[in-house]
Amino acid sequence: MENRTNPGSEQLVSSPMALTRKDFVSDQEVRWCPGCGDYSILAVAQKTLPSLGVPKEKSVFISGIGCSSRFPYYVNTYGFHTIHGRAPAIATGVKAQNPDLQVWVITGDGDGLSIGGNHLIHALRRNVDLKIILFNNRIYGLTKGQYSPTSERGKITKSTPAGSIDYPISPISLAIGAEATFVARAIDTNPAMMTEVLTVAAKHKGSAFVEIYQNCIIFNDDAFKDVYDKSVRIEHSVMLKNGQPIRFGMDGKKGIRMNGIQLEVVEIGKDGITENDLIVHNDSLPDSAYAYLLSRMNVPEFPVPFGVFRRIERPTYEEMMETQLRDSISKKGEGELQKLLNEGDTWMVE
Amino acid sequence: MMDIKKRQNLQDVVIRFAGDSGDGMQLTGTQFTKTSAVLGNDISTLPDYPAEIRAPAGSLAGVSGYQIHFSSHEIYTPGDAPNVLVAMNPAALKTNLGDIDKGGIVVVNSDAFTDENLKLAGYPSHPLKDGSLSSYRVYEVPITMMTNKAGEDTGLSKKEIERCKNFFALGLVYWMFDRPIDVTIKWIEEKFAKRPQMGEANKKALLAGYHYGETAEIFDVHYHVDRARLSPGKYRHITGNEATALGLVTAAELAGKHLFYASYPITPASDILHELAKLKSFGIKCFQAEDEIAAMGAAIGAAFAGGLAVTGTSGPGLCLKSEAINLAVMTELPVVILDVQRGGPSTGLPTKTEQGDLLQALFGRNGESPVPVIAPATPGDCFNMAYEAFRLAVKYMTPVILLSDGYLANGAEPWLIPDLSKLKAIQVNYWTQKEGFFPYLRDKGTLARPWAIPGTPGLEHRIGGLEKAEVKGNVSYDPLNHERMVHLRAEKVARIAEDIPDLTVHGHSSGELLIVGWGETFGAITVAVDQLRAMGYSVSSAHFRYLNPFPKNTGDVLKRFDKVLVAELNLGQLALLLRGRYLVDCQSLTKVQGKPFAIQEIVNGALKLFPQKMKGAEEGKIWRIEQTQVLNN
Repeated sequence: MENRTNPGSEQLVSSPMALTRKDFVSDQEVRWCPGCGDYSILAVAQKTLPSLGVPKEKSVFISGIGCSSRFPYYVNTYGFHTIHGRAPAIATGVKAQNPDLQVWVITGDGDGLSIGGNHLIHALRRNVDLKIILFNNRIYGLTKGQYSPTSERGKITKSTPAGSIDYPISPISLAIGAEATFVARAIDTNPAMMTEVLTVAAKHKGSAFVEIYQNCIIFNDDAFKDVYDKSVRIEHSVMLKNGQPIRFGMDGKKGIRMNGIQLEVVEIGKDGITENDLIVHNDSLPDSAYAYLLSRMNVPEFPVPFGVFRRIERPTYEEMMETQLRDSISKKGEGELQKLLNEGDTWMVE
Repeated sequence: MMDIKKRQNLQDVVIRFAGDSGDGMQLTGTQFTKTSAVLGNDISTLPDYPAEIRAPAGSLAGVSGYQIHFSSHEIYTPGDAPNVLVAMNPAALKTNLGDIDKGGIVVVNSDAFTDENLKLAGYPSHPLKDGSLSSYRVYEVPITMMTNKAGEDTGLSKKEIERCKNFFALGLVYWMFDRPIDVTIKWIEEKFAKRPQMGEANKKALLAGYHYGETAEIFDVHYHVDRARLSPGKYRHITGNEATALGLVTAAELAGKHLFYASYPITPASDILHELAKLKSFGIKCFQAEDEIAAMGAAIGAAFAGGLAVTGTSGPGLCLKSEAINLAVMTELPVVILDVQRGGPSTGLPTKTEQGDLLQALFGRNGESPVPVIAPATPGDCFNMAYEAFRLAVKYMTPVILLSDGYLANGAEPWLIPDLSKLKAIQVNYWTQKEGFFPYLRDKGTLARPWAIPGTPGLEHRIGGLEKAEVKGNVSYDPLNHERMVHLRAEKVARIAEDIPDLTVHGHSSGELLIVGWGETFGAITVAVDQLRAMGYSVSSAHFRYLNPFPKNTGDVLKRFDKVLVAELNLGQLALLLRGRYLVDCQSLTKVQGKPFAIQEIVNGALKLFPQKMKGAEEGKIWRIEQTQVLNN
């Protein structure tokens, strides 16, 4: 039997590498609401993709259903707008079939955490090399404004006129609990931060999970105002920088310290506290407990962390799958079908 | 072995082994099957086991059975009524005796007929003593005691030795039917290579059972069934699930690709996952998904990326996959969906067979959703139809549903091993030309769209579940475009009728009655028709292996008969389709007991349509008795 590889897998080198933003813009008219946070995420992605060194025919964007999931139509790579919540499962099939591709999953808080929560968990725990970008606007936009799994309790929406009685889930906590090997957060209003986070996510080998706080101007405007509005940003958010103490606030006067098995906000200079008392961020700790503690930080008690929470190395699912096949072939030789058909107790009829 | 007892020749025999689900009856049955197959008999088997892994010992719910029909002529079914029952305990006797031929042989493990076990089985009095078995030839054998004796110097505990009692029973039945023990001895040696003590105990039990038959005073005769005259060639014994797995691997090989198998464990389809997971040296990627939906999703993803993808499941799983199957319909990607049907609805009867998913396979999705549906007719045919499913999927760029069922999956028959060099290659042509490429361009003949896979430079494009503009494939909400696309998708599947074999008729090509079936009912219907014809009735049969689209001569065939009787293991699903499609007044013969049709049930169903010849019914009965009488005298 001849060619068993996918065409294109050997063409990596032949593809022109001097790509620009334009190469990643499709001919489709973008149809999000004017002022939607999705525009800035798309712009950052299209600007970042050329710098990743991946030929565009090897890039695949796979999405589920929801406003964010229209994303693949606008990126001029291979794209698959699938069904509600199932993008991680379909992406797993793509990546397992052809590990040579760079596979992105675009999802939202409803798609990824509600209807597709199961697939998200399992894609992460398997460490399939997928870049999963979850646009979190804490609302259902495409179905016109029902509460989502990340909506705050008490939220008044069309489906919760008396206020939501669900406790919200933290996407970052979930991803860490699901054994994700890369977990980060960014926000749509900070393109530089998004560029940085998406770039490291793209380079991570294994499942990378990125939550992007994204504003829905129609159904949940100002959802992140209390975190990232210019007036509160300094006090209510903190950028995680690996190897550096976690500091925030005006002049970096505040920081995060370990107290017993909990985090607390402290002020440098107060009660004899110095920078040495602060946690030095380390995103590569083998145990995920620390990253999980960070993921629980939320306003008003804590600033909300952005940047990389966790980044560890583990063999990927598709890598191990290929290794098992190779090992079996080197041990038994390439399977011979006629021999297989003839296996077991056979007899001749003359 | 010395043969001092009388040997009598028989043409065919049906044996059922029955015991607790922990008694190893499935193993006993498969060993007997293998030996009979290697001996050259034609065989057909019917395993029947409870859904519980270990129901309470001795209970009626925990009885596990394995029926084998072996013969010196061609056979098509596991047999209606067993001639021999081996019952390892009272519960096994109670649940199976009703099926056994009057005058048949009943071998019981008399040691298991304790007061406690009799109570568990709900026997008010001792069936071996109260005369209730007087119409059978009963052999009471102290199987447990003799197994213990045979294994006493192996150094194993009594409990361990006792577990070998199924081999004692097997040895005894081997002697009764003049079978060699070497196939099983070899199997024991391989299986227990790492536990030689256990292997030794099993061997001793097997031999003890064999010698018991030979020397004990209770058996005055043993039986011989000559080898069958099958088509020449090399054979092996195969179950439907094994054949399906091999068919899928073969299709991939003949397409020059590796298989991608995504599945979530479900009875009775899991064995296919197990089979394929072993075949890593064939480059097969097996993905055990987190759920049925993910398995379907991963298969779609693999197909999008150029793989030969298949997902395997049973009815409840098919329900969960339906939304994703529709994604494959809309994106026109080649995926094979294997449904090994079981009794439904809901969790239903996980280990029992049924043909209840036909309409679900055809229509169980939103919108106009045409999907080719095909079904194998015998365990061995699963190989052919698995290959066929891929051929159609790839050629027409469409999901294809392959409907197997619990009976085909676990039933076994001798299988003429195909010669690979004689099988046709499956053409896989990925699109690579940049010029003139559109994702929904169509082949003029097949209407298939191009398979343009990620990694191919210049063909970057987007697909998805939203309606597609004809040719260009962009999202389109245009009303007339939608109508055209709905018609195109339907037309594409309809054209497959030109590419599949015509419906063939068994018997005369026209006449009074046509019995129609699909899937597993092939054997029972074929034999029933032969019997009815021998009685002088004008009866033929036609068997559907292609259910969507139907073979193009279907209407002609149906109209050549005065009456059409559709026999199926549901409440008339194929009948509904044929009536709707061909305006033929089909009658239904249905059964939903988790069991295949008995030949006699089909014969009786057909005879009801010949009221003026009721005498025939009696003849039918006589015919059957003659067949089994040899054993009973």
